[in-house]
Amino acid sequence: MTATIKKLKDLTREKERIAKAREAYPFCITISSGTCGLAKGSGELVKAMQAAVKGLGLSKKVLVKSTGCHGFCDIEPVVHVAPQGILYQKVAPENAKEILSETVLRNNVLDKLLYTDPRSGQKVRYAQEIPFYKAQRRLLTKANDLVDPESIDDYIAIGGYRALAKALLEMNPEKVIDEAKKSRLRGRGGAGFPTGFKWEFCRRAKSDVKYVICNADEGDPGAYMDRSLLEGNPHSALEGMAIGAFAIGAREGIIYVRHEYPLAVRNIRQAVAQAKRRGLLGKNIFGSGFSFDVHIERGAGAFVCGEETALINSVQGLRGEPKQRPPFPAVRGLWGKPTNINNVETWASVPIIINKGGDWFARIGTEASGGTKIFSLVGKCAHTGLVEVPIGTSLREIIYNIGGGIKGEGDFKAVQTGGPSGGCLPRHLIDLPVDYDTLAKAGSIMGSGGMIVMDDSTCMVDVAKYFLNFLRNESCGKCLSCREGTQRLYEIVERICEGNGKEEDLDLLEELAQVVKDSSLCGLGQTAPNPVLSTLRYFRREYEAHIKDKRCPAGVCKSLIQYVIDGEKCIGCTLCMKQCPVNAITGELKKVHKVDSDKCIRCGVCVESCKPKAIFVV
Amino acid sequence: MKNKKPKRNGSGDPRLDKVLKPYKGEPREMISMLQDIQDEYGFLPEDALRQVAVALGVPLPDVFGVATFYRMFRLNAPGRHTITACVGTACHVRGVPRVVDELSRTLGVEPGQTTPDGEYSLETVACLGCCAIGPVVVMDGVYHGQVNPQTARKLVKTPAKAKEVVKS
Repeated sequence: MTATIKKLKDLTREKERIAKAREAYPFCITISSGTCGLAKGSGELVKAMQAAVKGLGLSKKVLVKSTGCHGFCDIEPVVHVAPQGILYQKVAPENAKEILSETVLRNNVLDKLLYTDPRSGQKVRYAQEIPFYKAQRRLLTKANDLVDPESIDDYIAIGGYRALAKALLEMNPEKVIDEAKKSRLRGRGGAGFPTGFKWEFCRRAKSDVKYVICNADEGDPGAYMDRSLLEGNPHSALEGMAIGAFAIGAREGIIYVRHEYPLAVRNIRQAVAQAKRRGLLGKNIFGSGFSFDVHIERGAGAFVCGEETALINSVQGLRGEPKQRPPFPAVRGLWGKPTNINNVETWASVPIIINKGGDWFARIGTEASGGTKIFSLVGKCAHTGLVEVPIGTSLREIIYNIGGGIKGEGDFKAVQTGGPSGGCLPRHLIDLPVDYDTLAKAGSIMGSGGMIVMDDSTCMVDVAKYFLNFLRNESCGKCLSCREGTQRLYEIVERICEGNGKEEDLDLLEELAQVVKDSSLCGLGQTAPNPVLSTLRYFRREYEAHIKDKRCPAGVCKSLIQYVIDGEKCIGCTLCMKQCPVNAITGELKKVHKVDSDKCIRCGVCVESCKPKAIFVV
Repeated sequence: MKNKKPKRNGSGDPRLDKVLKPYKGEPREMISMLQDIQDEYGFLPEDALRQVAVALGVPLPDVFGVATFYRMFRLNAPGRHTITACVGTACHVRGVPRVVDELSRTLGVEPGQTTPDGEYSLETVACLGCCAIGPVVVMDGVYHGQVNPQTARKLVKTPAKAKEVVKS
């Protein structure tokens, strides 16, 4: 049944109808099936579970729901059994039947599928008891656990579109902007501009036509919260956009989403179509007289299109080259009309602010910045995934308490925040609170929320080289300083990594970095030197080791390392010899093997294949 | 210049005409047109680029400019199988460079190239947003997490074992 929703009471009635239909099922099995989950086999698991439900004749008792990502990507695929509330991790299709026959029918917990807390060694039954979830404040991401992204009913069931109704029927645009200001919500894409003020600028611009855009061109490598939100709960961003459009006086919205996120594209397309069918987008929404329509543009793969003016050019079918600001998009944007751009996470925060009030939201974060922020905690961390915490939470809390510290035996060395515009923060800054201003002062940025944890096997010069390589490829080429500057910076760092660096290179890097910063038009160029400058600031010794000692302390830079076999540990199993793609290892069975450094290509396959861990890097 | 209607009879290629049919022929549609062409052919054939220029009433160099600006577009036919390694930051620190090297060596081509027999194209992508399970390699639309050089080599040898193809 897909009744059109024309009035507030229709929404209320729909919510009740859906709730009633759900109550008919005593049990609900939820399987997380975002892109990460699918990569780990959740697609087959869903099919196996559906088949098992049918096979056991439970079709009228058990509802099988496939949702987006629950955040703890490390333990995917995750199965949640309701009403018991039990969480099973790393579930295989062959476990489907026993989950039904044991847990659902007999209330028995399957110990082997429970999560083990690595600190206590105890098995954990419920999600909220897992340390990864316990310390989070999941304002936005919680809905991902509950909502089938392909079902607008699921979103309505958790109170979806109630905020839009409230804004349209009980508030006026000024009041909406007021709440946004009170919430102290700042742009989650990275720049951190106060959202309420941004809306107000656009509202004040005089024009008959205005636009709102949802920036889902999440280009920062290492950040994927927008993908997760669009994949898992696409209606939340859509509802936020409609509220924002009402506030600034726009009737048309565009979602600009990366083509690299196929599932997000599919789910947001479906969500838009469903919302239109239900009358939650389109003409005269809730009978308020406000009309709003949305269409979707797929990005074509250009990092610079995360920049507002470049994104606008791209929507207009052009090369994504940025423009001089001012005029800001709020005055002259898409097709020369006032345009307001926010990213997915910002839009998805809006319904919460309208429902709960700006003051409530503001109390969660810091003095200068309200609410929560989602971080993608990845890299060498023990527990990787999406983490949502109040703004101002310390790096230590996020990396150690939620993330469980470093995976394996390594030591924490640095955390890279803010993607290619950000920087690397060293160990002694671990107690910094994560907010826009503190991280900027420390030489990085909070950015869109990427948090890549690095241990002592990560070479910071190599990380700088990595980002410069990324930026020289992604520079649109409009400004000479950015186009050539990032290229030259890359060449200097590359030669340092190859052992051909000179001592004066470090000063040259700093000087050139400053030029690129000062003389580039858009954010890409202005922040491009941050990865180099921050690593130089905190890890200068590592650069010096490469230059003076011709040594890569982390054992990463191929020109400066050699593989050596420890004669005492080698058991002479010949496995590494067989695996070596270039026959650089020689030896006989049960005798210590040897690596020929001239032949060796430093691929590391031998290290991974060696069971007694006899091969090491010098 | 006023927008022209696409010359639907001009291409002589019914396959291309079908792709371009829903469009009004406005220059703003260029990127989606190119995306649809690439979805159909797997790349942007030269004739198609010419046809887009005609359909939109814009100079061919403008079309070429857009087609070469964005990373998703390719001007050469891909191999039968496409293997894409994510080279995002998280994958990088977890060792994707060695995975790419290994794929490159196994296939005998550099990233961005296709094997001479037309079987495999090796690609890299800036970030797929599956950072928590990196290094990630996508083989014909199937995502594989926590790949190392050895498992990457095996992937190439046994391509078609599909888990779940993610398509938009």
